[in-house]
Amino acid sequence: MNRAALPVVLATLLLLLFPLCLMAGQVWINPFDPAGAPYSANATVILAQLRLPRAVLAVVVGAGLGASGAAMQGYLRNPLADPGLFGVAPLAALGAVLSLFMGFAVQPFALPAMALAGAAGGMVLLALIASGPRTGLAGGVALFTLAGMMLSSLAGALTSLAISLAPNPFALTEIVTWLMGALTDRSWHDVALAAPLTALGLAVLWRAGPSLDALTLGELAARSMGLDPAALRWMMVLGVGLVVGAGVSAAGVIGFVGLMVPHIVRPFTDRRPSSLLLPSALAGALLLLVADALCRCLPLAGGELRLGIALSLLGAPFFLHLLLRLRRGLA
Amino acid sequence: MELVAEAVTVVGRLREVRAGLAPGRLTVICGPNGAGKSTLLSALAGLVEPDAGRVCLGQHRLGELTGRERAMAIGYLPQAGEVAWNVTVETLVRLGRLPHRTPAKVDAAATMAALDALDLNALAGREVGTLSGGERARALLARVLAGQPRWVLADEPLAALDLAHQQALLAHFRRLAGQGVGVVVVVHDLALAMNHADHVIVLDRGTVAANGPPHVALAEEVLASVWGVKARWVGDGRSRALAIG
Repeated sequence: MNRAALPVVLATLLLLLFPLCLMAGQVWINPFDPAGAPYSANATVILAQLRLPRAVLAVVVGAGLGASGAAMQGYLRNPLADPGLFGVAPLAALGAVLSLFMGFAVQPFALPAMALAGAAGGMVLLALIASGPRTGLAGGVALFTLAGMMLSSLAGALTSLAISLAPNPFALTEIVTWLMGALTDRSWHDVALAAPLTALGLAVLWRAGPSLDALTLGELAARSMGLDPAALRWMMVLGVGLVVGAGVSAAGVIGFVGLMVPHIVRPFTDRRPSSLLLPSALAGALLLLVADALCRCLPLAGGELRLGIALSLLGAPFFLHLLLRLRRGLA
Repeated sequence: MELVAEAVTVVGRLREVRAGLAPGRLTVICGPNGAGKSTLLSALAGLVEPDAGRVCLGQHRLGELTGRERAMAIGYLPQAGEVAWNVTVETLVRLGRLPHRTPAKVDAAATMAALDALDLNALAGREVGTLSGGERARALLARVLAGQPRWVLADEPLAALDLAHQQALLAHFRRLAGQGVGVVVVVHDLALAMNHADHVIVLDRGTVAANGPPHVALAEEVLASVWGVKARWVGDGRSRALAIG
């Protein structure tokens, strides 16, 4: 396939599948049935208030996860890197869990706002670490990743604490369900919050593209080509933080997308990190849109399959496959 | 435009190193392990900020230039020839165009010229992971040349190569110098330095031990005092060899 054609193919697929996914669900809406469903009041409500915001959100969150995964892999020069490595996602989740824990979440904006506050807190901490004593890019990246892992485990511990101290069974159920990640019952409010932040984050990551390309040759060569390590670090914190924070606040924790998507896309590009950004965003959007529609259609006792669980079920074997490939030096 | 190190000190590495490098020459930096060769090269490339002294490119201190200005003037080839992703040779070489931000056509032409200069045309579509050591070294040098720098600084580019590829790469360096580019190379093999360099800087424990044309800077007395090796040069012209003992 012509490499320039990949984004076009993915965008076309996205445009074709988007309406198809709107039709799918517990209630099938057939647009070619003039007498029936699509033109009834019920169908209009389902489409406009339930499925459309949900599908738009799937596209927004998927695009953010895919592109930030590609950027992280380029930044760390490691095909196993993932946007969750910076610890922003677990902190955003902690914010959301606290809002459920304290019962604020009945307010429409409280949960996403607290998730965003958690993400922002994580970004500030990372920025403080990043702007600490001058380290080489090498020391910087290692330190940075370790700091991210530390933030992740801290947020994880605090989340577990909140679960164990949950004031009532209802809050407990809500927290646990939310942590699984899903796009059920999302409204246009969530879209209005997540979409602009994701767009902003994606724009920042896009600007980081050439620097990520230079890093392909290693840190010294990249610096000799004019790369400013500190500026790139800021762009990564800002870009990944915005995208992941917005994504978690809207959909909860959805793993593996940021890891899987750049891998699937890479062989179809020239493998430069910057040429991976757009296709990864499109493929991530596509993956989340389709996965969410399938979750919606799967008949499951007690509701539907949670999107986060579905993607982890898909992602874990993929990760293993990737490790085996890496061992054979193919990836 | 000259590249000059003025009393450059990097704590623990270099002590008041002075060296003036002229364009159009192949300058070789040698010295025992730990003498500060790589540090000097990094300082000349503007990658290490000296703790004292300064490195100047013509009238300008390197530190005053923006990263991009510096990158367009000085090409640097690090010792570890890392390539993180399995890109094709052409994509790799084209990365050298990043600082320029010129139109795609200009980039493509410069990439082609660099591939041409290092006889890589036939390998342009090959993935870097499938190259032999010699081909890879050439591809990495072509990346530097694609940026059309006035200076090429290479840290031990010959280390992993066999005899034939060493000679071939040296011939490329010599040709570059002939075109007016300043070429500075860290080399361990003293015979290669003796036979191919226009100018040699010998470093010893962070200071310049000898500086001059190869037969002066690599005189037998220098070898004895810097490397502690009793050796003499045999042969003549560009085919001298070192007889130890």
